[in-house]
Amino acid sequence: MDLVTKIDVQELNFYYGSKQALKDISIICPEKRVTAIIGPSGCGKSTFIRTLNRMNDVLTGTRVEGRILIDDQDILEPGVDVVQLRRSVGMVFQKPNPFPKSIFDNVAYGLRINGLKDRQRLPEVVEKSLRQAALWEEVKDRLRDNAFSLSGGQQQRLCIARALAVRPEVILFDEPCSAIDPIATAKIEELIFALKEQYTVVIVTHNMQQAGRVSDFTAFLMMGELVEFDKTDKIFTNPSSKLTEDYVTGRFG
Amino acid sequence: MERHFDEDLKLVKEKLIRMASLVEESIAQSIQGLKEEREDLPREVLRREEEVNRLDVEVDTLGLKLLALNQPLAVDLRFISSVLRIGRDLERMGDLAVNIAERTLDIIPYPRLKPLVDIPRMADAAQKMVRDSLTAFIERDADLAREICRRDDEVDQLNDQVFRELLTYMMQDPSSISRAVDLILVSRNLERIADHATNIAEDVIYYVQGRTIKHHCEDKAVDKLS
Repeated sequence: MDLVTKIDVQELNFYYGSKQALKDISIICPEKRVTAIIGPSGCGKSTFIRTLNRMNDVLTGTRVEGRILIDDQDILEPGVDVVQLRRSVGMVFQKPNPFPKSIFDNVAYGLRINGLKDRQRLPEVVEKSLRQAALWEEVKDRLRDNAFSLSGGQQQRLCIARALAVRPEVILFDEPCSAIDPIATAKIEELIFALKEQYTVVIVTHNMQQAGRVSDFTAFLMMGELVEFDKTDKIFTNPSSKLTEDYVTGRFG
Repeated sequence: MERHFDEDLKLVKEKLIRMASLVEESIAQSIQGLKEEREDLPREVLRREEEVNRLDVEVDTLGLKLLALNQPLAVDLRFISSVLRIGRDLERMGDLAVNIAERTLDIIPYPRLKPLVDIPRMADAAQKMVRDSLTAFIERDADLAREICRRDDEVDQLNDQVFRELLTYMMQDPSSISRAVDLILVSRNLERIADHATNIAEDVIYYVQGRTIKHHCEDKAVDKLS
């Protein structure tokens, strides 16, 4: 099947003050595919993924250069509506971070602030999002319960449902499974697998096997530089670079 | 970084090499027994089979354990998958050597049908392929492995030649059939041993270079991003 470019990162540089965290990164994330970003701690994975919906903007003293085209529009341009951008590029973080509200209100939150008030429509979208996040069956009888009454894995799926509710096109996962158990991890992975039918997914993970299982393409970063970017099969069975080889086989990192 | 995993990889490799040396010995003795009409050598081959089988199980168990517990990637993954496949090929070669030994024990009591010419030649070629395939594995020598793959045809041709020749003996004299069939089977077993050596060579290429060449895959491979 032919690939359509969804995100086209061109010569991206990123600085925290005088420290350069990303050096000249160029990556293409194809539409409706999962792209994994791997690399040792501090290599710039999270910084990279956070540039894709400009989450780094909130940090002072940072600077970004280069271009990030999403559907041919450069999201780094000054005129870009960041709120709109984050609606179409959703994000799920390392630790589940539900709002201190009911399960229902967590998912409805984004819809409400986007002006959806329709009493009929709101529950429909909430249910659909929870179903997509494979959480509906577990919570359908307790939608008014506080989100913190859910287990960690359920909370993480709730956060995914919350991200899905506003109909994003891209979903960014920043180590979504590092704080949950293996069974919950397996559920999230299944979910990511299902999500790529409709969404473009970018995932940062420390778990090499996870990257191997869920992604189609993998980028290996080290010290802010892109070492290798290729099909996931290639990266994990026969990488071109010695550095990648040493990293995926656990010889360093 | 030092990895405990490397110790285990070394251990499984040692077991495989031990298995390989036993199988090589069995092939050599089964053929030598036939050439020199000695019963002691094929009997030794039969006795050795149990140890080969035991090592086969050990390599298999350890290889699977390493896969399950370490989820190896890249060269480690290719190494273990090659070890598992080479183990299987060695075990089959061991069986084929046993087959030859059994044929030899059948043949020895009877007068020789004809002087052995092509079978020893085949045996030399097949044994060299086996030895070289293992050398290629130990020394990670993909060039040598590729050369072995090319040599397989030579053994196949000798096998056809042996078959044609023995067929003429059988047509001339039906009383020769039983002895001729035994020799055809020896030839056939040698041809199979060479095939397994070729498999090992293909596994070595996969292990060293990450390329699949069996079934001429390489010619067909289209490396498209999809």
